[in-house]
Amino acid sequence: MLLASEKYLQISSGFIAWRAGAALVRLSEAERKFEEVAVRTDEPVVIVGAGHAGFQLAASLRQSGYEERIALINNEPHLPYQRPPLSKGFLEGNGDPQAVFFRPESFFRDYRIDLVEDHVVEIDRMTRKTSFQSTRSLNYRHLVMATGARNRLLRMPNAGHDDVRYLRSLADSEAIRERLENAKQVVVIGAGFVGLEFAATAAAKGIAVDIVELAPRIMARVVSPVVSGYFQARHEGAGCCIHSARSVSAIETANGRLQCVILDDGRKLPADLLIVGIGVVPNVELAMAAGLPSQDGIVVDQHLATVDPNISAIGDCALFSSHRYKSPLRLQSVSNAVDQAKCLAARLTGKIRPFDSLPWFWSDQGNDKLQIAGLIDSYEDIVVRGDPDQNSFSVFCYGDGILRGVESVNRVGDHMAARRLLAACTTVDPDKAANLSFDLKTAL
Amino acid sequence: MPRVIFVASNGARREVSEAAGASAMTAARINDVSGIEAECAGALSCGTCHVYVAPEFASLLPPPSEEEEGMLEFVAAERRVGSRLSCQIVLTDELDGLTLEIPETQT
Ligand SMILES: Cc1cc2nc3c(=O)[nH]c(=O)nc-3n(C[C@H](O)[C@H](O)[C@H](O)COP(=O)(O)OP(=O)(O)OC[C@H]3O[C@@H](n4cnc5c(N)ncnc54)[C@H](O)[C@@H]3O)c2cc1C
Ligand code: FES
Repeated sequence: MLLASEKYLQISSGFIAWRAGAALVRLSEAERKFEEVAVRTDEPVVIVGAGHAGFQLAASLRQSGYEERIALINNEPHLPYQRPPLSKGFLEGNGDPQAVFFRPESFFRDYRIDLVEDHVVEIDRMTRKTSFQSTRSLNYRHLVMATGARNRLLRMPNAGHDDVRYLRSLADSEAIRERLENAKQVVVIGAGFVGLEFAATAAAKGIAVDIVELAPRIMARVVSPVVSGYFQARHEGAGCCIHSARSVSAIETANGRLQCVILDDGRKLPADLLIVGIGVVPNVELAMAAGLPSQDGIVVDQHLATVDPNISAIGDCALFSSHRYKSPLRLQSVSNAVDQAKCLAARLTGKIRPFDSLPWFWSDQGNDKLQIAGLIDSYEDIVVRGDPDQNSFSVFCYGDGILRGVESVNRVGDHMAARRLLAACTTVDPDKAANLSFDLKTAL
Repeated sequence: MPRVIFVASNGARREVSEAAGASAMTAARINDVSGIEAECAGALSCGTCHVYVAPEFASLLPPPSEEEEGMLEFVAAERRVGSRLSCQIVLTDELDGLTLEIPETQT
C-alpha cells in the first residue's frame, strides 16, 4: 500500500530542467504567435479549470486590461470557490457557500468572463481546439491548463465505502460536515495539512479522533521537527490520538456501516467515519494525451509556457522550472496559484517576466496559525525565535549559512518580515534571529 | 443590515449592505467591490485586504489584535492612522455607514 503524507509544497526531483536559452526562444515565439492570433481571430483565451489559479488568471487578465474573450471552463457545479476554508471554518461554521465563492455571478457577467460549465475531454493542438464532455467544442487562441490536482486514492478492500471520505471539493466538505453531526469516532489517515486541519475541527466538536501516519512524525516532509513536535503536542492536548510510523492494513465494515480500521500492528481503531488525506496527484492526463511533456505535473518553463507556444500551465498541476530555486518544482498552495496566474496574465498582456515569487503557505489548526515562508527542504541548521511553550515562535532554517525558510507559529509579524527578507534573498545572522529584542524589520 | 461605504483610491464610492456578523472583507467580496484582494480569505495570513477606516469610525472598532498589528506593518500600501485589515472588521449595526478607503495597491 502506498501511503504518503499530504503535501502542498511538493518538490519534484529527478527531472532535468529546461535550458534557459531554449526557454527564452520558446517564449518569444509564444509571444509572437499569441499576438498574431490576437489580431486575426476572436477566439478566446480558454482556461481549463476554474479553481484558484484559473479564477485568478481570468480576473488578472481583465485587471491588466485584456479586452478579448475569456472562457473559464468550470467542471464543478458551483461558482468558482476557494478551498482553504473547506478543511477549516466551512466545516464547523454554518457552511454558507457564499463565504467560499470568490465572487458573485454578476462579476463574471460584468467582466465578460464566459463561465462555461463543462469538462474538457480533449485538446487538439493542430487545430487549437478543446472538446467538451457535452460534445461542444471551442477553439482557443491561447490555452491555459489550470486543472489542479485530485486526491490520491487509498487502495484496499472497503476503501470505496460510503463512510470513507476525501476532502478536496466543496461537495466533499459539505458531505463530511453533515456526517460530523452524528460522528462519534473518526479516523484520519495521513497527518498532512488537510488531515490535521480536519482533525482539529472534529476534535473541537468533541469527536474522538485517531490519526494514522506512515512517517515517523506529522507533516514530516514539509515542516521542521520542531514544528512537527509542537503540533503533535497540541493535537494530542486537544484529544487526538496520533499513531505515527503506522499504516492501515484493513478497513472493516458490518451491516453496511464502517466499523473499524486495523493498523499494521494489529490495533483496532473503532470508527464511524474515515477521512483519507494521503496526498494528491496532479491532473496531467489531458495534457499528456495532447502530447505535452508531463510527469509529476505539466512541464513548463520559467515563464509558465509548455513546449507548445499556445499552451501554458499554472497552479497545482504545473511542474515549473523555478527561477528562484534553480530546479523544477510543483507547489500546492494558494500563493503559488495566485502568483503564477498573475505572472501569466502579465505575459499574455505583453509584460514578460520570469516567475520567481517566494512561496508561502499557511495552515490553521485548532487555535494555532502556522505560516511558512520559503521552502523548508534544504537546511542544516535551525534557530528558534520565541518560545514554543508560550505558543509563539518562529523557526529560521539555514542552509550553507544562508536563510532558506522560516516557519512561524502564531507570529504573524515574523512571517511577514520573513517573506520580505527571503524574497529579497537577504539573510539574517542566526544570533540576531534568535534574539527576540532584535527587530527583524531592521534587517530588511 | 449595516451599510458599508467603500471608497476606491480614485474617489469612487460604492455603498453595500451586508448582514451583521460578516467581515468587511466578505462584504466587499460578496458585493463585488474591487481592490480588496483577500488572497487568504480572511485567515489573517496574506495582508491583501488592507483598508483605511474613516476617522469617525475608528473609535467604534475594537483595536487590532497583536497579530493584525504585526501584519499591518508589512502591508504593500502606505500604513496610515486608520489602517486595518478588512477581514478583521466584523460588521455590527452600530457600524452602519462604516466608510473604508481602499488603498491603491494590495501587493
Ligand atoms: C481542503 C483544502 C485545504 C487547503 N488549505 C490551504 C491553505 O490553508 N493554504 C494554502 O495555501 N493552500 C491550501 N490548499 C491548497 C490550495 O487550495 C490549492 O493549492 C489551490 O486550490 C490550487 O489551485 P488550482 O487552481 O491549481 O487547482 P484547484 O483549485 O484544484 O482547481 C482545479 C480545477 O480544475 C478542474 N478541472 C480539472 N480537470 C478539468 C477538465 N478536464 N476540465 C475542466 N475542469 C477541470 C478541477 O475540477 C478543479 O475545479 C488547500 C487545499 C484543500 C483541498
Ligand atoms: S484576507 Fe488575508 S489577511 Fe485579511
